Order: sequence, then structure tokens, then C-alpha cells
Amino acid sequence: MPNLAADGSALKRRLRKAERARKMRALALVAPLLVFVLVTFIAPIADMLFRSVENQIVSETLPRTVVALDDWDHRSGRAPDEDVFAALYVDLYEARAFKVHTRLASRLNYERNGMASLFRKTGRKIARMDTGRYAQAFKDLDAAWADPGAWNALMSDPHSAALLPETSSAWSSWRRVVSHRGDALAETEPDDVVFVTLYRDLQSNGERIATAVGPQSERLKTAAQAAAQMEPLSLRDQFLGIEDGWGDTGIWGTIAAFSDPYTAGYFLAAVDLQYTAEGVQGQPESQRIYILLFERTLILSLVITLTCVLLGYPVAYLLSNLPLRISNLLLILVLLPFWTSLLVRTSAWKVLLQQQGVINDLLVWSGLVADDERWAMINNQTGTIIAMTHILLPFMILPLYSVMKTIPGAYARAARSLGANEWTVFRRVYFPQTVPGIGAGCILVFILAIGYYITPELVGGTTGTFISNRIAYHISSSLNWGLAAALGSILLVVVVVLYWVYDKIVGIDNVKVG
Amino acid sequence: MTAGNTCSVPLVPVVMPSTAIAVALIGLLVGIAHGFALPGAAVGAAIGAVLAFMLVRYVPDRRAGSLIATGLFTFLGFAVSGLTGLVLGAIVGLTLGWFVYWLARGTYRRNLPTYASPVHVLSHNAFRAFCGAVLFFLIAPILTIMPLSFNAQDFFTFTPEMLDFVAAGYSLKHYRDFFGNPDWQQALRNSVQIAPVATLLSVSFGTLAAIGLSQSDVPYRRTIMAVLISPMIVPLIISAAGMYFFYSRIGLQGTYLGVVLSHAALGIPFVIITVTATLVGFDRSLTRAAAIMGAGPMRVFFRVQMPLILPGVISGGLFAFITSFDEVVVVLFVGSVGQKTLPWQMFIGLREQISPTILAVATILVAVSIVLLTTVELLRRRSERLRGITPG
Repeated sequence: MPNLAADGSALKRRLRKAERARKMRALALVAPLLVFVLVTFIAPIADMLFRSVENQIVSETLPRTVVALDDWDHRSGRAPDEDVFAALYVDLYEARAFKVHTRLASRLNYERNGMASLFRKTGRKIARMDTGRYAQAFKDLDAAWADPGAWNALMSDPHSAALLPETSSAWSSWRRVVSHRGDALAETEPDDVVFVTLYRDLQSNGERIATAVGPQSERLKTAAQAAAQMEPLSLRDQFLGIEDGWGDTGIWGTIAAFSDPYTAGYFLAAVDLQYTAEGVQGQPESQRIYILLFERTLILSLVITLTCVLLGYPVAYLLSNLPLRISNLLLILVLLPFWTSLLVRTSAWKVLLQQQGVINDLLVWSGLVADDERWAMINNQTGTIIAMTHILLPFMILPLYSVMKTIPGAYARAARSLGANEWTVFRRVYFPQTVPGIGAGCILVFILAIGYYITPELVGGTTGTFISNRIAYHISSSLNWGLAAALGSILLVVVVVLYWVYDKIVGIDNVKVG
Repeated sequence: MTAGNTCSVPLVPVVMPSTAIAVALIGLLVGIAHGFALPGAAVGAAIGAVLAFMLVRYVPDRRAGSLIATGLFTFLGFAVSGLTGLVLGAIVGLTLGWFVYWLARGTYRRNLPTYASPVHVLSHNAFRAFCGAVLFFLIAPILTIMPLSFNAQDFFTFTPEMLDFVAAGYSLKHYRDFFGNPDWQQALRNSVQIAPVATLLSVSFGTLAAIGLSQSDVPYRRTIMAVLISPMIVPLIISAAGMYFFYSRIGLQGTYLGVVLSHAALGIPFVIITVTATLVGFDRSLTRAAAIMGAGPMRVFFRVQMPLILPGVISGGLFAFITSFDEVVVVLFVGSVGQKTLPWQMFIGLREQISPTILAVATILVAVSIVLLTTVELLRRRSERLRGITPG
């Protein structure tokens, strides 16, 4: 016989239900904020991670070329054949009309210099390519080839469309271009691009067309016979005539390497590697900067963290051992910088450290430094280290102080009474108890330091800048967002690992501010 | 401890030489500046020795002694280099007066056990001096820019007029520029329009969530906490990059709403942390008592719980406010020129057309931080008093 509640139902179930309702109520209170943070913060981070591998622009702008390139082997040492150039011709025709080839050009230029000018130049000249001869020949053969209505009938017939795969693809491109221009489809004569592909289809599918049946088959048979007599036109030569670069296998290797919708290219670039047709290779010596920047960011952050410990530990010790009245007063000296705007503190250091600044003036006035030998303390690593140590020092002192305040004095007294000298008391008894505080402070300062942007930007010059400055540069100046996202993702991974360690040591719940 | 004796430390072998060396160094510095280095040091040493002897021997009252030293050095300073010397001399005199008695009366051993060895005493005082230097390092930059903001020239350093305390060396022109320049005023307006709204968002969402999280056995508590705290941990440049990409996708980039939302997200961790900390000490039987006496959940929240956790909520709000008000990286990317805030304007000023108006703005911002810091401290003490913890 189970225990029953007042209304006769099983008590256990009722309790479980009440428990669940309580949990749900708690979750309902958290839910709005959780959704808010997910949308305003986590989604942007996820978007950045996605952008660091996303590469749809190549396969979206050059869909046919990318497919045609599948058969091409860059190891042959020869540029691709006519099929690829025909696909490129149609792709560029549409891309140019929608003006998206310049975006593709910038994208591919990140991977290989010279791609931008190649695509831009080709885009400008593609309309002037000598491709009108097929159009003229077909129109001479049958006036219906100039009639949009007859074309429409041909392309909407499934049998003939199956016989003319390239043409129907080019036809849909042309229709998109025409409606983009705002012209009426029924009144516009098809462009050269459709006739070029028609010629290619008639040539390659000649046998199937000869045996085909259907309403449009007679027209196609006549055209196929005529096409066999036409003088062939090499699109490859036309492209090479615009720009020799199209004969370079390296160009095609880059297009082929970046034809996947997702790429590791940005991440490779972020660690000074590049993706070429031959596989992963190092960047040219002159362009290797990211490993150096990551190293510098880590080393400078370590130096700053270490300086903060060395300066902060004694102060935290002093504060935690003074009478409350005095320590609260001195704590203001730590809290005021903590509450003061980052830019105020950075501008203060700019004023103090510059060549005609307060510190140099003082040194010159006191005769320690000659007027023409003023110290360079800003726009270099010294400036970054001094200013960032000052800015991050409160983040070291406050956690240390809160740990040291809880350490009872009895242990040290006991050690002394057992005969330990001051140094031994500190080394063997006091210091080990402060290690959690040191860990917390160090990780906090290090995490904050490696992501710093404003201070290195303003006082770091060229030798004192961090990886963050490069990320900002790629977002707002070079517009290479993918690389910015990849650099950011690497930095994020470092921070998340440190955050995890911090959580293990201190616990997120124990983070204190102020 | 040793107040009864006039002198617990030997006067002639210790106090006099130490004071002599200290004053000799000052004399040397003054000498270098005026082109008589060595004579300066010698005169300084003589003055130091005599001063120490006279004070310790004939002036038992500490205050009177300090006054004499201050008067002497103020006069000397004024004689050597006018008004600047007067002020510097007063500072030197005050310090020396303190130094002589500190040394002579053995005050430097005050907090040490009587058995402490000389090495111990020395390291103890060196340690205190080091801490003093670090605290000076922390506060000095902020204090330096305050007088500089009253500079009459467009310089970032003290002009000779300022050092001579000539009235013409000082002016309010940079403050006038701040209040008169449309760029700065627009930036101030933008900051004032963005920060409070962002704060309101973070505080209302954050307080609710903190209350939910403080209940026992919330499922996935650690994960939720990690997500909610993450805006504080992720480097700002990464947040800024992500928000820039994502907000341009959904059309929020360059809008007021976008900046407010991003700042609210950045402020949330601070609200969560402070309110959760306040709730740790919250006595749940109070809400239960209110509920038993017939109050509905809303009434319990607003009449019982809210007043008790209000100090925590307000200080969380102040943290969120200062986060938004001082934030520059995210607004630089998420905002457009129409949302240019005060820190943004300062950033541009520091990077491009460096103008001392920045120092005036900085001084005003320091004043704002002092007000905020005081408020938070008072609230913290009140909250601890309410929870029965003695203020620390």
C-alpha cells in the first residue's frame, strides 16, 4: 500500500510533480535572459566561427567552372581544356551582369596575388570577345533563331532541353540577366552566350540529335548539320587573348583548391600557411606575420601577467594585513583606477610617456637624461607593457586580496612558535595558501591581456601591437572577414581553454567584481 | 611605544647622517638644475645634519618640528626658484620633518615585534616602500591628467607658466571646448542615450535570471551560468567581430538598437554576478513567511525580496552602466557614425588629432567614476549590514 496524498493519489508522484513544477518555474525565470544572450551574443560568436570556414562565393559565382574543373588534373602541367573555358565564359557572363565577379576577385586575391586584376580585366573585356560568329551563322540559317518566342518553345520542350544541357543552363542564365536588367523576355534577342553553348551542344550531341524524335527535332537536326560546317572558335584562345594569366596552371589550381563551399584556407592563412594546388605550403617569407603576432601576443601577455603578480602580490598582502580602517582607505587607490575608463587611463599614459611628455620632461629637468636623448617609451613594446600592467593590476590585486583576507594568522604564528624564521613561514606556510588567488588573478589578467585591442592600438606603435589589432584591421580595412574570423576563432579557443581552467580552479560562481 | 624618550635611535651615528644624505640628494638635484651640482649636495648635507640635530635635541614636539622643517624648506625653495620652489619646498620640508622623527623615535619598528632583527626591520620597511611605490604607480597617472586639463596651451605637458603657478598658465578652455564642440556634445548625448537603456535591459533580465539560478537544483546550472558569464570572458575584439558579422546579416549593424543590444549583452555578467552574490545571503524563510501570510508571488517579490536584494541589483546595474558607458571596441564595429559615443570620440582623438580636450573629458569621467565607486561602496556596506555581516 503506497503512501497517499490528501486526495488519494500516490504521494510519490505528487511530490515528483511538485518538484518538476519548481524546476520549471526556476527555468522560466532564467529563460528570457538565456534567449537574449543566445541571440545577442552566442549567435554572433557562432556566426564568426562559421565565417572562418565558409567559402561559398567561388562555387556560387562559378558553378559550372567548378564542376568542369573536377576532371582537370593540375599535375598535368597544362591549363584546362576548352570545356572549362566554355563553362567559365558562361559563369563570367552572368557574374559580370550581376557585378559579383569583383567580389570573387577580391576573395581569390587573398589566396593568390594577381587574381583580382585578372578577373576585373576579363570582366571588362568579356563583352568584346569575338563570339558573335555563331549567332550570325545560326540566324543566317534560320531567322527563327533570332526569335525569342521560338527559343522559348525550344527550351521549354523537355526533350530538346535534355539534348542541349549547356544551352539550357546558359539560357536560364540569360533569362536571369534579362530580368535583372528589366528588359522584356519576349522581345529580347538572346545573347552570344546562348549561341556559343548551342554550337557546343550540337557538336558534342550530334549523334543523339540525329536520331531524336519530337516537335523540335527537325529544327535541331538542320542546325546540327549546319554547325558541323561552321568554323570552330576557341574560347581558350579568346581568354588567353585578354590575359595571358588564364594559361597559368597556378591560377586554375587556386580556383580548384577553393571550389569547395567550406575551406580551411583562412585557418591556414592565420598560421602563415597557404593552400595551393600542390597542397599545404608555407607563405612566402615576406608575408609571414601571424605566427609572429601570436607569439608576441602570448609573450607580452605573459610579461604583463608576471609584472602584475610581482607588483600586486605585495600590495594585496599589505592590504590584507593592515587594520580595516587603513586598508579600506588604501583600497580606494586600487579601486579608483579599476572604475576609471580604460580610455582615460590610456590617455594618461600617452601624456606621461611620450617624448615631450611629463616623465621625459622630468628626467630632462633633473639632468638625468640629455634633452636630445629623451627616452622612447611609447609606440613600442615598453609602452604597451607599462600601460597594460597599470590597467590590469587591479584585476590581480582584487582576487589576491580576497583570498589573503580569508587566510587565518594562526598558521603563521604556529609555524613561528615551532621555530621557523620569517622566510620559511612565508615560503612553507603562507605562500601555499595564496596559490589559488595567484592562479585566479593570473588567468584573469592573462585572458584579459591576450584580447586587448584599444591600449596596444594607441600606445603600441608597430612593435607593441597584438593579434587583436590585426583582427580589427582585417574587419575594417582589408575587408578579409574570413581571415579575421579565423584569427578570432584561434584566439577564442585559447581563451575558452583558459576559462575552463579558471572554472576548475576558482569556479565561475566565485568570480568577484569590485 | 617609544614616545617617552626624545631619541631611541643614536642621533649622531644614525639620524644625522641619514638626514644629511637625503637632503644632499635633493641638493644635488637642485644643483644640477641650476648648474652647481657638487656645492648643492654639500650644502644640502650640511643643512640636513644641522636640521636633524636641532629638531631631535631641542624640539620634542613632533608637530612643531615638522612645522619648522616645512617653513625652512618653503623659504629655501622660494629663494631658489620662486613659486614652484615654494610648493616643492613645502612638500620636501613636510616629508623631511616626518622622516627625522620617524627615524629618531623608532616609529619604523612600530608594527614589528621587539625581537625583530635589523634585516627584518629593513626588509619590512623596504616592503612598505615598495607597496607605496606600486600604489603610487596606480594612482599617479590619473592624478597627473587632472591639472593638465586646465592647461592654457594646447600641450600635453606642464608648461613653465603652470609650474610657476601663474594664473595665465591655467584656463578652462578645454572644458569650454568640450561643452561647446558639437562633436563632443553629440558623443555625450549618444553615450547618455545608449548606456541607461542597455543597463535597464541587463538589469531586468539579469535580476530575474539570478533569482531563478539561486533556486536549488536548477537543471544544467553550470552550463547556463557559463553561457551567461561568457560575454565577460570572451575578448572584446572577438565579441565585436562576431556581432559585426551577425548584426550586419540581420540589419542591426549601424543602428541604435544594435548598439544597445550588444552593450546589454556585455553588461549581463556583472548583474548576474553581483545579484547572485547578494542572493547567497538571502533568507528564504522571509519569502515563505510572506507567502504563508497570503501574499501572491508578485507581492512577495516586490515587497519582500526586492527591497532586500536592491543594493546588489543597483551595484550590478552600476557595473553594467559603466561597462556600456566606457565601452569602445564593440561600438566601434557595431555602431555607425550616428552612434559615436564618448569613448569612441576619445579614441579617435587619441589616434588622430590629439587635442587636450581629451584630458578635460578624462577628468570629467574620473569624477563620474569617483561618484559611481562611492555609491557602490556605500551600497555594498548597506547590503552587508542588511544581511547581518559586519561591513568589511
